[in-house]
Amino acid sequence: MFKFELRPTPSKTMRAATPVLAVIATMIAGAILFSLLGKNPFEAIRVIFIDPLFDPFSRSELLVKASPLILIAIGLSLGFRAGIWNIGAEGQFIIGAITGGAMGLAFYGTSGVWLLPLMALAGALGGFLWAMIPAILRIKFNANEILVSLMLVYVATLLLSALVSGPLRDPDGFNFPESRTFHDSATLPILMAGTRVHAGVLISLFAVVVGYVLLERHVFGFHVKLTGSAPKAANFAGVKQNAMIAACLGISGALAGLAGMFEASGPVGQLVPSLPVGYGFTAIIVAFLGRLHPIGILAAGFVMALTYIGGETAQFSLGLPAAAISVFQGMLLFFLLAFDILVNYRIAPKRRVDATLKSAEEAS
Amino acid sequence: MNILKTLMATAAMAAGLTGAALADAKDKIKVGFVYVGPIGDFGWSYEHNEGRLAVEEALGDKVETTYVESVPEGPDAERVIRQMAQSGHDLIFTTSFGYMNPTNKVAAQFPDVKFEHATGFKRETPNVSTYGARFYEGRSVIGHIAGHMTKTNKIGYIASFPIPEVVRGINSAYLAASAVNPDVEFKIIWVSTWFDPGKEADAANALIEQGVDVIMQHTDSPAAMTIAEEKGIFAFGQASDMAQFGPNARLSSIIDDWAPYYIERSQAVLDGTWAEKDTWHGIKEGMVEIGSFSDKIPAEVQASAQAIADGIVAGTVHSFTGPVNKQDGSAWLAEGETADDGTLLGMNFYVEGIDGELPN
Repeated sequence: MFKFELRPTPSKTMRAATPVLAVIATMIAGAILFSLLGKNPFEAIRVIFIDPLFDPFSRSELLVKASPLILIAIGLSLGFRAGIWNIGAEGQFIIGAITGGAMGLAFYGTSGVWLLPLMALAGALGGFLWAMIPAILRIKFNANEILVSLMLVYVATLLLSALVSGPLRDPDGFNFPESRTFHDSATLPILMAGTRVHAGVLISLFAVVVGYVLLERHVFGFHVKLTGSAPKAANFAGVKQNAMIAACLGISGALAGLAGMFEASGPVGQLVPSLPVGYGFTAIIVAFLGRLHPIGILAAGFVMALTYIGGETAQFSLGLPAAAISVFQGMLLFFLLAFDILVNYRIAPKRRVDATLKSAEEAS
Repeated sequence: MNILKTLMATAAMAAGLTGAALADAKDKIKVGFVYVGPIGDFGWSYEHNEGRLAVEEALGDKVETTYVESVPEGPDAERVIRQMAQSGHDLIFTTSFGYMNPTNKVAAQFPDVKFEHATGFKRETPNVSTYGARFYEGRSVIGHIAGHMTKTNKIGYIASFPIPEVVRGINSAYLAASAVNPDVEFKIIWVSTWFDPGKEADAANALIEQGVDVIMQHTDSPAAMTIAEEKGIFAFGQASDMAQFGPNARLSSIIDDWAPYYIERSQAVLDGTWAEKDTWHGIKEGMVEIGSFSDKIPAEVQASAQAIADGIVAGTVHSFTGPVNKQDGSAWLAEGETADDGTLLGMNFYVEGIDGELPN
């Protein structure tokens, strides 16, 4: 009946507008879902999207929740632009938390101001090295980096459990699988008193600026985009593909590792098996929702964080089930991808193939 | 004249006193609950939510309850608890061990809000209480039944984390089972999660492949019960009765009944009498209930199992009664000696006879 036909030149305005349209469509579909559940849809949308913006504590939590999403998504966007798919940011996040956190525990009780930078370095390095595994396997053996990086997430999760149940376990913790809580000089300073907004938030915002410069104003960004859109041309232009793979995976790994260390020494304050809550995966949505552009990612990170924080409030203030909130978040990605298809393709009526064949036969 | 003055003064004083006593009492309170799983897990979180509903029923107009489900035990927990605290809740129950540090952190910032943390041990400020149930008492009863019912002499145990509460349950069940069946062997699988139906089902299948014909669990979903029903072996309901998931497989169950405690503590906040304390209740107080016995259990075993439960209530039976050695053969409890609560709360060893190493 119908088929998708590639549009020769997708509208630029539409490409920029789709994330906004996706958010609006999600609100409408969400409102229908919530009213089917017997809740006032306007109130639900207000509680999820508007109320957190007017409550000082929720606003501060937006920063806390959006910060790791943005930091990871900035790194991921480089690789995604170049067609290098790091799906395992969650694993690099965990390893960064482990290496950064272990550094803090190794120097337990030291009051040196050098400790936090050292931990951050260790976290970034941990994430970088973890991402080098898929990079090297891809370069040497052409192993698919999507699968390798994804599988390494499970390895990292189990490694974290093993470490906090063993070598890094709190000696006074009744055998509970968690490390001791970090001492003060291994805990990120709080920027606003009475909130959980930590120094890592600044680094995330800084990463947006660096990401912008790198992507839009630096030759590296040009190479990245060239590799993604025209690999052969990139080859002729002297872009070394292997170096590109290593750089893209390495940078995204390092940033994810840094985000992990911030999470461990910021809001959590210790290593626990429940430390990873899916930031690495959600950041993939954030990267695409932000059109793989640093400024877009900044906005998308806050929209995503808003749905989490508003979603929690909606649970206890309106009695919405957690599953409804998850469906709501899933719809956001669904609508984004759906609108993307419509921007890149148009729906054309399908001609009847058998009729064409018949006329061809008759002609011969 | 003097008498009149005295009378009036007394009356005034009395009025003043009543006023002071009532100052803390409230007409209506808002009680919040934070759950680690979905309320539809038919296990742990489900029973806590039943407790919440019981509070609503018992206190009617005087209470408003709210809940947030599926809150991971990580950084998000602190935000959820804090948002509850600042949105006018008077009493907040945080119902998983991993909420311990977040609960205490938030409690320090909201001295006027009362916090109740389940299964934890930290009470850093006077507005934090902890509560838990002596599930190990229930394990004595079902361990006894399992020891009688196993034909292969292999009992499977799906365990979550090697924390004292879980280790205590394994030891208690083993002591009860081996008391009636010295050949009994425990196969223990650690799944490192409280709620993951997929992992729990995998563990159940792995245990069955090892020849296990009775399964116990210390995880929250009825997945193992479902597998047991399919494979035609026995299992026990955990946290809630789970009868609907294994009409043939289910032998009995350990049911958590939080309702009386939740009603009592909510009432205490209404009355202004709430005070920090640690509660550890068992079968006697009704926090731990033994589900009905399946008719697949022979009558005499039903009677002896009931006798254990009755004995625990009467105080004549204790799950940990010597002689008991630790796994390495060193003496723990002498003949007739019973374990004290301190040792039980920090239990980090298997008793003699259990194979395998406790993950440390």
